[in-house]
Amino acid sequence: MTQSVVVQVGQCGNQVGCRFWDLALREHAHVNKKGVYDEALSSFFRNVDSRRTTIRVASQPLKRIFCYTQAVLVDMEEGVVNEILQGPLREVFDSTQLLTDVSGSGNNWAVGHLTYGSAYREQIVDKLRRAAEHCDCLQCFFLIHSMGGGTGSGLGTRVLSLLEEEFPDVCRIVTSIYPSAEDDVITSPYNSVLAMRELTEHADCVLPVDNQSLVDIVNKIKHMSQGGKPGSVIKRDSAIISGQGGLSGAEKPFDAMNNIVANLLLNITSSARFEGSLNMDLNEIAMNLVPFPRLHYLVPSLTPLYTLADVNVPTRRLDQMFSDAFSKDHQLIRADPKHSLYLACALMVRGNVQVSDLRRNIERLKPSLPFVSWSQEGWKTGLCSVPPVGHSHSLLALANNTCVKPTFIDLRDRFNKLYRKKAHLHHYLHVEGMEQSCFTDAMASLSSLIEEYHHLDATKGRLMPDAPRLTIAT
Amino acid sequence: MSVVTVQLGQCGNQVGQELFDIICSDAQEGQRKAYSESSRERFFHQSAQGDLVARAVLIDMEPKVINHSMTKAAMSGRWTYGHTSHFGQKQGSGNNWANGYCVHGPRHREAMEELVRREVERCDRLAGIMAMMSVAGGTGSGVGTYVTQCLRDIYPNSFILNHLTWPYGTGEVIVQNYNSVLTLAHLYRLSDAILVHENDTVHKICSQLLNIKHISFSDINRVIAHQLGSVLQPALTPDSHGVYSRNPLGELVSSLACHPEYKLLSVCTIPQMASASIAYSTFSWPGLLKHLRQMLISNTKMEEGIDWQVRPPSVHPAAAERTRSLKGPGFNTSLANLLILRGKDVYSTETDGFQDPALYTSWLSLKEAFNLWKSPVPFNKYEKSATLVSNSQALLRPLDNMVGKAWNMFASRAYVHQYTKFGISEEDFLEGFTSLEQVISSYGELG
Repeated sequence: MTQSVVVQVGQCGNQVGCRFWDLALREHAHVNKKGVYDEALSSFFRNVDSRRTTIRVASQPLKRIFCYTQAVLVDMEEGVVNEILQGPLREVFDSTQLLTDVSGSGNNWAVGHLTYGSAYREQIVDKLRRAAEHCDCLQCFFLIHSMGGGTGSGLGTRVLSLLEEEFPDVCRIVTSIYPSAEDDVITSPYNSVLAMRELTEHADCVLPVDNQSLVDIVNKIKHMSQGGKPGSVIKRDSAIISGQGGLSGAEKPFDAMNNIVANLLLNITSSARFEGSLNMDLNEIAMNLVPFPRLHYLVPSLTPLYTLADVNVPTRRLDQMFSDAFSKDHQLIRADPKHSLYLACALMVRGNVQVSDLRRNIERLKPSLPFVSWSQEGWKTGLCSVPPVGHSHSLLALANNTCVKPTFIDLRDRFNKLYRKKAHLHHYLHVEGMEQSCFTDAMASLSSLIEEYHHLDATKGRLMPDAPRLTIAT
Repeated sequence: MSVVTVQLGQCGNQVGQELFDIICSDAQEGQRKAYSESSRERFFHQSAQGDLVARAVLIDMEPKVINHSMTKAAMSGRWTYGHTSHFGQKQGSGNNWANGYCVHGPRHREAMEELVRREVERCDRLAGIMAMMSVAGGTGSGVGTYVTQCLRDIYPNSFILNHLTWPYGTGEVIVQNYNSVLTLAHLYRLSDAILVHENDTVHKICSQLLNIKHISFSDINRVIAHQLGSVLQPALTPDSHGVYSRNPLGELVSSLACHPEYKLLSVCTIPQMASASIAYSTFSWPGLLKHLRQMLISNTKMEEGIDWQVRPPSVHPAAAERTRSLKGPGFNTSLANLLILRGKDVYSTETDGFQDPALYTSWLSLKEAFNLWKSPVPFNKYEKSATLVSNSQALLRPLDNMVGKAWNMFASRAYVHQYTKFGISEEDFLEGFTSLEQVISSYGELG
């Protein structure tokens, strides 16, 4: 069994991360009826002898398992982390896993990346190493951060390059929360573009999540659960937005949105935590979905999001789940993969789903999905037998699709709007080590990324001839 | 004589477990002592406690599947795997052939070789080694190729048969065609014969013949194991003089793979049906063999949807002058066939239909091209069953597709960086492509 370490940086990263831990504990409690520390737990939790509580096993409320999370929490203010330490999740974190400062990064990428990045470099590396030492086969780092602020985007991407330096062979999967256009952080376009360059150069995979999509999804779910048609009511304990985690009960603002991202992480790691008839290891994600090193942005979509899943799966419902994964309103960024070009697509299925269900749905959906000419059959599938709590089955689709391009173009436009006027630039240039070339380089990196997607897009719909085969002299 | 099986990767370990299960229950059900003793000696040894222990080595780079297969075997109550005959690691090869072949393989070479050596030394006489794996993933294909190469070095004179599971056309692993090309190109140099099952074909058998609604991987694996078992269980060969043949792998290889350019073997079995229907069905040998023959010449892998229009070309007095134009469309030319009949009345069965020179290439005499094995013991609940192992053009099209898709991807250099980072160069790819194009062209020229 391999282990992974979650590194959560900044306010958003820590909030999402904590939702992940809470829901992961709930999931394991649900499956692990005996209440013993098992292999499934060992991938994200480490066993500790000093009897500390964590899992309350559902069937036996008194029985508990004692373990810590494999996590490193970094924030340059104290608020969020302190809140965690006062909440029910305090039981699963050890104070050596935390790193905080008091003054924050002031929504400035340069402060996070350069000032704090240099000041805390040793300490961060130390904490990462310590986390790695607890693992006997470390496979993957999950970095969670936001793009718009200062700490998540600046220090988060600094942590990313430290991970690459220190653990070059360990896969780095980054979950990045992109700001919406109406973001109240005025410098968020700068921060995002500066962070993008780091992601493009140092991550193995990036799962972009768009704040606006999360808002839209949550609003739609709320709307349906209040006034929707009878029969389409959301189950109260639906895993998607419910705050009923393994430990905490009460819901906080943003919890619903953060839970969606936490669910994305639960699903992507399910195969590493539980058994299945078609395992999908974490290192298979980049291998299958990243044909060219820089094009590693994977658009996630989750289903079921809106509908309540029955215990007995009627085939049509199950098929609906597969169709939904490709529809616009199930994507976690605002994008339309169906009308863009697929380079590769992974379907990670959980629950009682057979390989014949997968095959039927791939055959059914394939004709409506444009794939790049050299990988017409770019499908990767995984089957994990344990469904999310409260559902009989679920699907996470990861698409390497040119539909991320509009998000990036939009970001570039917003950046340019500020940069043309040199607005707020001096705040950045004050920071030691920050030069104007950082801006132009980051912009060039983003532009060339957009250009690469654009080139691929241009092949769409054109009939590409097969490459002439090697001929054998006979 | 005994066969040592090496199960590699998720697929190899799952199919292998099903195979031993079928072989074990088949040998127990038969009342024929000689048959079951021969089968036991081939595939099992007895532990000090008298339990049947499979002559198998389980290798995977992650622990889940090995644990699962070992538990399943132990739960059968009839046989087990050796307690120390497995080698597992913690982290899989990540669907990357290069990771398996260049990193995991060399790193664990000694441990893996030692396990096989121990199993080989346990055999009174070694018939050969069978390596079971898929070609799509990283461990089965990459580590499997590496292990085959090591075994070829250690046992240069033993028979090595590779049983390969070819992936579905779509949907398993995106880089499956790269992994397949690299595996096949290497194995073609190392292996004595390569026995292939295609997931797509087996899936069709599950849905159309066995009427399974929700097909799972264990359904697929059971069909493969059934077909493979019917090839490997004891049978009487023409020169075995009434006793069960001693060297299943050797005889299989020598009757089918007579030329180093032609090593790809396909299998089809008739009848196959839902187990509930078997009791209500009767079969006649002429009927079964008529279907099987048409399945062969029209290249259909199951008895449904056979194209009865396909006919062998008329043979001219000078057979050498046969040309493409004389052949019916879709005709599948064979290099060599091995027909295995099991069950009632096998001794009186006519097999003339398979001894027609028109079925074969002209440069091999009929005596060499066709072989017949028989066993009066019914196999795996079927009163009568016939299996055909064929070295023919049957795999030409799937192979050509596989190479074509991989080549298209290679032309844009997609995913190549994932391989080069483990030490496989573009030249290695090109070499693989070249040698498989050669195989494709050779099989193409058969007919």
